Amino acid sequence: MTFASILIQLLNGLAAAASLFLVSAGLSLIFGVTRIVNFAHGSLYMLGLYGAYTLIQALGRTPLGFWSAVLLAALLVGLAGVLIEVLILRRIYRAPELFQLLATFAVVLVIKDIALFVWGAEDLVGPRAPGLGMAVEILGKRIPAYDLLLIAIGPVVLAALWLLLTRTRWGALVRAATQDREMVGALGVDQAKLFTSVFFVGSVLAGLGGALQIPREPANLELDLSVIADAFVVTVVGGLGSIGGAFLAAIIIGVAKAFCIGIGTVTWFGTEIVFSKLTLVVEFLIMALVLVVRPYGLLGRPQAAQRIATDPAPPLTAPSWKIAAIWLVLLVAVPLAADRYVTILLTDIFCFALFAVSLHFIMGPAGMVSFGHAAYFGLGAYAAGLLFKRAGLPMEAALVLAPLCAGAFAVVYGWFCVRLSGVYLAMLTLAFAQISWSIVFQWDSFTGGSNGVFGVWPSAWLADKTTYYYLALACCGAGIALLWRVLFSPFGFVLRAGRDSPLRAEAIGIDLRGFQWAAFVLVGALAGLAGAVYAFSKGSISPSAISIAQSTDGLIMVLLGGVETLTGPIAGAAIFTWLRDEVARRTEFWRAVMGLVILAIVLLFPQGLVGGLKALAARWRERPA
Amino acid sequence: MSGAVLQVEGLHKAFGGVQAVADVSFAVSAGEMLALVGPNGAGKSTCFNMLNGQLAPDHGIVRLDGRDIVGLRPSAIWRLGVGRTFQITATFASLSVRENVQMALYSHAGRLRSLLSRFGTAYRAEADGLLQQVGMLDQADRTCGVLAYGDLKRVELAMALANQPRLLLMDEPTAGMAPRERVALMELAAGLARKRAIAVLFTEHDMDVVFSQADRIIVLDRGQLIAGGTPEEVRANPAVRAVYLGGTH
Amino acid sequence: MLTRNRFLAGTAALVALSMIGPAGAQAPIKIGELNSYKVFPAFLEPYKKGWELAVEEVNAAGGVLGRKIEIVSRDDNGNPGDAVRVAEELLSREGVAFLIGTFPSNVGLAVADFAKQRKVLFIAAEPLSDKIVWDSGNAYTFRLRTSTYMQTAMLISDAAKLNKKRWAIVYPNYEYGQSATAAFKKLLSARQPGVEFVTEQATPLGKIDAGAVAQALADAKPDAIFSSLFGADLAKFVREGQQRGLFKGVEVFNLLAGEPEYLDPLKEEAPEGWYVTGYPWSEIKTPEHTKFLNAYQAKYKDYPRLGSVVGYATIMSAVEAIRKAGSLDQDKLIAAMRGLTHMTPFGMIEYRAIDHQSTMGAYVGRIGVKDGKGYMKDWRFVDGKDALPSDAEVLKMRPKN
Repeated sequence: MTFASILIQLLNGLAAAASLFLVSAGLSLIFGVTRIVNFAHGSLYMLGLYGAYTLIQALGRTPLGFWSAVLLAALLVGLAGVLIEVLILRRIYRAPELFQLLATFAVVLVIKDIALFVWGAEDLVGPRAPGLGMAVEILGKRIPAYDLLLIAIGPVVLAALWLLLTRTRWGALVRAATQDREMVGALGVDQAKLFTSVFFVGSVLAGLGGALQIPREPANLELDLSVIADAFVVTVVGGLGSIGGAFLAAIIIGVAKAFCIGIGTVTWFGTEIVFSKLTLVVEFLIMALVLVVRPYGLLGRPQAAQRIATDPAPPLTAPSWKIAAIWLVLLVAVPLAADRYVTILLTDIFCFALFAVSLHFIMGPAGMVSFGHAAYFGLGAYAAGLLFKRAGLPMEAALVLAPLCAGAFAVVYGWFCVRLSGVYLAMLTLAFAQISWSIVFQWDSFTGGSNGVFGVWPSAWLADKTTYYYLALACCGAGIALLWRVLFSPFGFVLRAGRDSPLRAEAIGIDLRGFQWAAFVLVGALAGLAGAVYAFSKGSISPSAISIAQSTDGLIMVLLGGVETLTGPIAGAAIFTWLRDEVARRTEFWRAVMGLVILAIVLLFPQGLVGGLKALAARWRERPA
Repeated sequence: MSGAVLQVEGLHKAFGGVQAVADVSFAVSAGEMLALVGPNGAGKSTCFNMLNGQLAPDHGIVRLDGRDIVGLRPSAIWRLGVGRTFQITATFASLSVRENVQMALYSHAGRLRSLLSRFGTAYRAEADGLLQQVGMLDQADRTCGVLAYGDLKRVELAMALANQPRLLLMDEPTAGMAPRERVALMELAAGLARKRAIAVLFTEHDMDVVFSQADRIIVLDRGQLIAGGTPEEVRANPAVRAVYLGGTH
Repeated sequence: MLTRNRFLAGTAALVALSMIGPAGAQAPIKIGELNSYKVFPAFLEPYKKGWELAVEEVNAAGGVLGRKIEIVSRDDNGNPGDAVRVAEELLSREGVAFLIGTFPSNVGLAVADFAKQRKVLFIAAEPLSDKIVWDSGNAYTFRLRTSTYMQTAMLISDAAKLNKKRWAIVYPNYEYGQSATAAFKKLLSARQPGVEFVTEQATPLGKIDAGAVAQALADAKPDAIFSSLFGADLAKFVREGQQRGLFKGVEVFNLLAGEPEYLDPLKEEAPEGWYVTGYPWSEIKTPEHTKFLNAYQAKYKDYPRLGSVVGYATIMSAVEAIRKAGSLDQDKLIAAMRGLTHMTPFGMIEYRAIDHQSTMGAYVGRIGVKDGKGYMKDWRFVDGKDALPSDAEVLKMRPKN
């Protein structure tokens, strides 16, 4: 690369960083104050683009029209954020941690279908910014004038936010709440108003980030999820709640991407390295590196003693093996009574149930939330597929060895993860999952690349769907029973104890990390078993099994059923899978319907379905005679 | 003092430019109740956290039964026979009172690594015995998350006793309790300490508790020890009076 | 056979009753269709309209084998695992005769493998992957759409004619882009020895950093560019490239960019002079296309996209296969599909017995801009059979069984 190219790629990176910074700053603000992992933040960004597109058409392609459209779109998105906060999130602030994630996930589904309904399926290419459509020549190379403007907007917004946060009473409250949420309550501040206003500002930033992209990027329906992942990465790399950190991280990631592209293909020591392919995963590599070295991000500070506004986790009731046995008998009888498809759907549900129970084990009782649990599910599935197809092992052997492979990955990933806590830990699990995904996705000759592995069918004696149903029931049932058993063993109690009070655990001689690491390996192996059973039931395996979407599904299942109960994840897996199957068949706008159903559950049962039903049952028993 | 259970020599800790603890030396013997007092920010908690391994001192020596324990993790220090209670109670909120104590007993016996046996079947009687001693047996089946603050302090005490400690570190053991409760808890602790020959080091704000329960008192101000001795000696010390009555502040 | 119990049998009977017409006509032939409607709506909404039109026409003409046809359509969520489950549901609960559809390659390949396992006919409508008929081809799977290799091969003669020495390549980083790139490099090198590929950019699908990519390509000083970008990536690349002067004096070849799905959103910024494959719907005057176009516009008050043609032709293939087989027996259907010829809006096609690929062709031309809209100019139709490798090569790639 010549000096001129390096300079231009640097500018490209800075321009790309601008919008990323705006979105991430908004996310960081909202998370800092409300502790809500706002999945819908990317959707707000997407609405910003769509809104700007429509408003520019209405207001005209003049400089005045363009800029008023951009600002108006940002404000409207801010109002949408307020709506989400007031109508939904405000009702569930006291729900268990992360439950709000479920609500915002539902909002994503609804907004996506609304956008499809309003703006249609076709990508909408916006106009260039009036007066800034041309390019500027720098060292003989051309760069769009608008990019230079974006590069300037980043620091301007950063400065404005800094002034807002340091020079106003509102800013002082936001900073106080970011450090200690309970303090705000103690100061006698109207928490609801503070949260609503923070949501407004955060959403305006997301909307502005989106609207400013309209000359650079067509409005399309994929933006929401592609942006949210990046925004989370930037927020975490910068340090949660740190606006300056978000700015720094956005620049690092934007510039790193631009240079991966600029460097292109390089031959080092006879090996060809295609740097442009790294753009698929570079932000996650950076995040993993940063978190390993700085467990609280670049400019983040260790959170003050985590006194969360939610109540401590309630005690866990031991499973009733009698009820489990009744279920088992019923499930064994299903193929005798129901049609063939019921067994197929149930086979899926078994796999997801084990997947969800293993995720619940680590995020509920062990208190370590994983955003990348699909890594183990997918790697188990791939291990099964590759051992079967490439190593030529019998299917039965592949099925037995696959969980061990997934567990082996968990040994490595877990070692790093247990050194962190809270959202940082969760994001590191996500980073590992994405790194795994990108390797599987790219390694065409071994993993089949983006297509995956095919012909992964069970042995002849298991090929019949009913037989395979029993195999899945046996494997997943045994896996779940094992996890439950372990949960009530001394080992399981250590994990719960460590979640409740790491300080006390250390003070009675427990080396918590070792236990947590072992827990990672255990759930990794069992998620791998779920993946392997799934792979052989489908006959193929593709990278989507390791994707963020798969990890998210797991979280949704656990939260939907109720993170504080043992059977919740199973109920969540069953209901989520069944609902998607059923709703997708019946309506065209099935995503919105799914979203609305989840929202209804969220608002009616803030403890999740099983948790809610248990509470109802308890109230029924204690009713005045 | 060769018979000391805990011996601290020249302990130093600075945060940035601030000397939080400077050249602190003292010792506690078996069966002795030593109170560490001082105004807010005097360095008591920093001192405590260095004794149990949560903080590493810049320099200085901490000996337990003659063995240097600087640099050990809290869990390792516990295994050498140090129990502790916290200023803000730290118990396992989702477990029952009995299970909390059993956790400590299992840990002491090195039996926590079992994956398949059922927790809670062993050490039930021992746990109940400890709970009896702190007066919590009647609440053994309740979840810690729902207990009153004073009761949590008792549970902590029971847990701290589970490994038959040589030394008990109690950071503000009566903070947040009603005055009557405070004396009761400290009498309990003192009684157990003497009976079992445990050395006790505690910090305390309530001077009534300190003067009625401590065998000896040491006074910390701005990171330095300014006085030490029996309650009577300390009460009479002008430097202490100055610190507490605000003479020099 | 299906396992049944009395309760479900009763329900099924009720359902069946409700579907049989009042005149007691024979139950329709059910065909299972699955696709990623919600993940790729821009392509699949027109596709759906296409097949709905075809079903209407077929049934208006009396159906096939004296029975009407009914499409049972499902959304596979763009996920191979879901797709296989949905396919099972179509077969075992809906009792469909066979399967059609799918869009992304990984879903298409998963369903193809499933069809092989279940020994049931599958007509892959949209997936472009070469593997579906070659490396991973199987006896039960047939593919309609002009494949990646074929579309690339169709552009080669124009590319070779220009005799440009330095080529830069940009492609979406997954199988479609990778195979297009590999095929292009192989075919062009064969036609034009000494050609140089000066840089390659693999961009994450849907997330291209267009400015940086355009700059990197420009830095390599190419004489020509081969791109397989589409959708939002294409739009971003076109805009950045134009602003940065990347395309000045550089010839650009872009697969698919002439398809209305991807060309129309570009509006007045459609890149003039690019060589593309696509669908110049307003200018094709063959009787078979005119008939389709009129019917489509009459029904939907909208013009067809390429997806519409694919959806329409898929139903035609399915119906013709049933007609030729004379029954719904899988072996007979497979036999009928092998070498099946029938008319489509793009003319006659044949499902080649050798690899089950249809010879559906595509339009090759250059992009022009007229009235603030992109269109295809200087286009010609290339028959699919002229864009396929030799039989020997095909046989080498396709597994024998």
